Amino acid sequence: MGLLSDPNRRKAITSLTLSVLPDVVCYLAGIAWFMGLAFEPFTLRTYMSENAMGSTMVEERFPSGERALATAREFAAHKKKVGGMPVDWLVKTMRAQGLEVFTQSFSRNLPFPDESKERFVVRGTNVYGILRAPRAPRTEALVLSAPCSPGNSNNQAVGLLLGLAQYFRSQIYWAKDIIFLVNEHDLIGVQAWLEGYHHTNITGMGYTPLQGRAGSIQAALSLELNSDVVTSLDLVLEGLNGQLPNLDLANLFHAFCQKLGILCTIQGKLQRSDWDTVEGYTHSAQTMLLMVLKQASGRPWGEHGLFLRYHIEAASIRGVNSFRQYKTDATSIGRLFEGMVRKLNNLLERLHQSYFFYLMPSLTRFVSIGYYMPAFGLLTTILLLRALDLWVHLGTPTPVTEDGVGEGESPSSPGLLSVLTPVVISHLTGVALYTLPVLSQEMAVEHFPVSETEAVVLTAIAIYTAGLALPHNTHRLISGEGTEQGWRVLKLVALLYLAVLLGCTALINFSLGFILAVTLVPAAACVTPHVPKALSAVAMVLLSPGCTILYCVFLFQELQEVPVSLAEGWMLFLSVISQGILDHALYGSLVYPLLALLVYPCWLLFWNILFWK
Amino acid sequence: MAAPLTLVLILSVTIRAVLFRSSLAELISERVEVVSPLNAWKRVVEGLALLDLGVSPYSGDVFHETPLVIYLFHFVVDYAEIVFMIVDGITAVALYLAVQNYNKNVFRKQKYALEADRYPHDCLELMRSPKEMHYIPLKVAMFYLLNPFTILSCVAKSTCGLNNAVMALFILSTLKGSALLSAIFLALATYQSIYPLTLFAPGLLFLLQRLYIPVNPCRSRFWFFTVQYSVMFIGSLLVIVCLSFFLLGSWDFIPSVYGFILSVPDLTPNIGLFWYFFAEMFEHFRFFFICVFQINVFFYTIPLSVKLKEHPVFLIFMQIAIISIFKSYPTVGDIALYMAFLPVWSHLYRFLRNIFLVSCVLLACTALFPVLWHLWIYAGSANSNFYYAITLLFNVGQILLVSDYFYAYLRREHHLSQGLYLRRKDGSEATLVLK
Repeated sequence: MGLLSDPNRRKAITSLTLSVLPDVVCYLAGIAWFMGLAFEPFTLRTYMSENAMGSTMVEERFPSGERALATAREFAAHKKKVGGMPVDWLVKTMRAQGLEVFTQSFSRNLPFPDESKERFVVRGTNVYGILRAPRAPRTEALVLSAPCSPGNSNNQAVGLLLGLAQYFRSQIYWAKDIIFLVNEHDLIGVQAWLEGYHHTNITGMGYTPLQGRAGSIQAALSLELNSDVVTSLDLVLEGLNGQLPNLDLANLFHAFCQKLGILCTIQGKLQRSDWDTVEGYTHSAQTMLLMVLKQASGRPWGEHGLFLRYHIEAASIRGVNSFRQYKTDATSIGRLFEGMVRKLNNLLERLHQSYFFYLMPSLTRFVSIGYYMPAFGLLTTILLLRALDLWVHLGTPTPVTEDGVGEGESPSSPGLLSVLTPVVISHLTGVALYTLPVLSQEMAVEHFPVSETEAVVLTAIAIYTAGLALPHNTHRLISGEGTEQGWRVLKLVALLYLAVLLGCTALINFSLGFILAVTLVPAAACVTPHVPKALSAVAMVLLSPGCTILYCVFLFQELQEVPVSLAEGWMLFLSVISQGILDHALYGSLVYPLLALLVYPCWLLFWNILFWK
Repeated sequence: MAAPLTLVLILSVTIRAVLFRSSLAELISERVEVVSPLNAWKRVVEGLALLDLGVSPYSGDVFHETPLVIYLFHFVVDYAEIVFMIVDGITAVALYLAVQNYNKNVFRKQKYALEADRYPHDCLELMRSPKEMHYIPLKVAMFYLLNPFTILSCVAKSTCGLNNAVMALFILSTLKGSALLSAIFLALATYQSIYPLTLFAPGLLFLLQRLYIPVNPCRSRFWFFTVQYSVMFIGSLLVIVCLSFFLLGSWDFIPSVYGFILSVPDLTPNIGLFWYFFAEMFEHFRFFFICVFQINVFFYTIPLSVKLKEHPVFLIFMQIAIISIFKSYPTVGDIALYMAFLPVWSHLYRFLRNIFLVSCVLLACTALFPVLWHLWIYAGSANSNFYYAITLLFNVGQILLVSDYFYAYLRREHHLSQGLYLRRKDGSEATLVLK
């Protein structure tokens, strides 16, 4: 209690907040801490926590890689003939292997056409076969899924899936039902299947109910394979809203890759052993930043992403065929899956021993929540310091004589209206940004020569820009002259609002919270009505959430080593926005509503302060 | 003053009505922060269904409300939403009238003291002006009705609103000086949730003060009134309990309501301190720690009554706050009741030390509750420790808030007797430090 009640110490604390120095130090320290996370000595080596998967040995005997590839070719031929998913052939084949086969048809109207995947009204069928566990009551299940993609891709994945099904059928050690799922229209199909399986309907999907079910799904693996041989396998972990599967799943994958001598990557990056060189550090920093950016986007980066919402640990494994000499054949990949499924089969309870909050600078290294949260904490400290500073200013217009007892009259409190008005108007702008783009697409298409998708994106950008002009003009009309106290109170409210908002975001999706904090915190900390208007207005716009997305697009391309020109980057930016809106409508991703309804209005409050008169 | 109060009432009823009609109502009524096993509407409906079937509502382990509540809703279950809105309105009006009355008394007392020149001369700025006090009752009503916690609690149809109304009526009747009504409402409140028993002390102290009976164990008048008030209290409590017995025809409700409150068998997470602690505890320590935790609620009554015997209304505030922090199944509705009193102590603002810190903590925790709940229950990525950490922080924030007000109140009283600008013996400025 001494720290809080002793007036002298309290004075020391508050005087500390009055200078700018701690802010700068906190900001730099936060960034440095974050970048330091990729430095290998600061990270932890991954280890298997789950006993049931750790010490139990399994032997992989999957023999029929070649046969799987033959099945894949047959599948490709049938797919070509039907011009879509060869449902009948799949049902026949799976039934011939002795699985219980069921189909589910689904339909979904997108709110506006998805131009990157060229779809608007989606109709499709999922086919799944259940291998009943011979050795246990059928209360638990595992899922192996492969998408039936248009064109020539992913045939091998389906072939391998069917090959595995045939092999698994003849084994006797299964204690969990295994569901082999071939889904159409990638994520939409998975979404329909999962909603059907769990009897929920959260996204307005139309689907037929599932005829056959297995027990509660413990884990899911999704397979994407485009070629007969691969050079490496890439592990994809980032799921919907930045959710990650238990780290043990990644450990399991890595363990089997080691055992079978398969090259494995994460974010498409191989691990390097030279951590003490600049290149080594840059490499792991790139890997980590890619993970951060992917996680921040809140999109499911593979089919596994939707399983995570249902409390099912899931990962996607993607075969990569590059120009390396060393190739891995389908038999080895089949053995990898066999091993992973067998270990998951041994699980006695859901994967929960290892970490759920982590970043991975490489496949064998991870940073847990306790290590990365301080970076974010340092950034939010700035907001709290500024807020404390404002509080001290507001409370004591004259110097404090003794603990809490100020001389002179207490300052006239600014009207509630002058603070409430900007808050309400900003949020109304946010609501407009959230609802109008999709609602007004028809009108926009009628009046402007644009497609629906462009209409949605451009309306969103237009409302976003219009929001900059709107609020600071209206609040003056309503509440008259703003006072010096007025903006201080508004800024205090906005700072606390931002701190709580970022804090909550960072807990759910650290990457998103951190990226927003990196750009929003300096803007929020520095803004006052007394700085040069034009210059700081430009700075504010450059640090706004919209521009943050733009930077992230460029950074992402740079990190993936496919840099883009400005024009291409802009087009990518537009497609990212439309994808964000679609992800929200289709799968319930929360990034778009978060940005539109909360972060953007919060930023508008600071914009408002800049133009306070 | 009636017009603004009506306006606030209309506004708050509108907000509640809108929320009742929206899809949020269902979501809110499932939140563990808003409803507890004691006061969840879902359980009341279950109890009603059992009652209609002719089965004791306490058979099974679902229903834990008192018999009077279930018989009340037996008649008005179709109008439950209106009932809950009216109950909130009653609470607010009762608090409004009570605080108006209290402020009148405070001002009168201050006037007499000023006329008798009892205050040191530099304390004039601590005096309270009628202008400042004029809006306090309205603010109290507003703090209760427009507090998001109350709104959530009302929309969830948590029976906590009923308890709050009974407590508010107890406060009103006490401040109006009606010993009988005060005892009856205190008995009702105790009957509802046991803990308001601790309000017996401030109620008695206030009535004694009002009758100019000094708190002196040697005086027979003191004992006479104490016994009188106790008899009224115990008598009405007995009447209510017996009434419940005759309504229900069995004593089932005693273990099912009071046993449930005291022995805390349901460890569903809530914003209180019990659930995690007892979920983690070895079974054979359980009884001992239940006693420790429960005594904790009642224990503070004694020192606080001794310290605040001249200020029973502040004591009521402290007691309500302590109950809502330390009770076994707290919900945000309980917090709303004592928070409604904060405007009454707005003159203590200059002596509050940690109000900024505390409000930040409470604000952040309120936002973090649903986030961590989501991470724990839905995403499965966090665990109960995360949620309990926030619960702890929230309660620490509340305790800091209450102790800050306590300190500020005592300090103002100290200044009123010793002068505002304290000097050391050597003439330099002195500061008060709470070690």
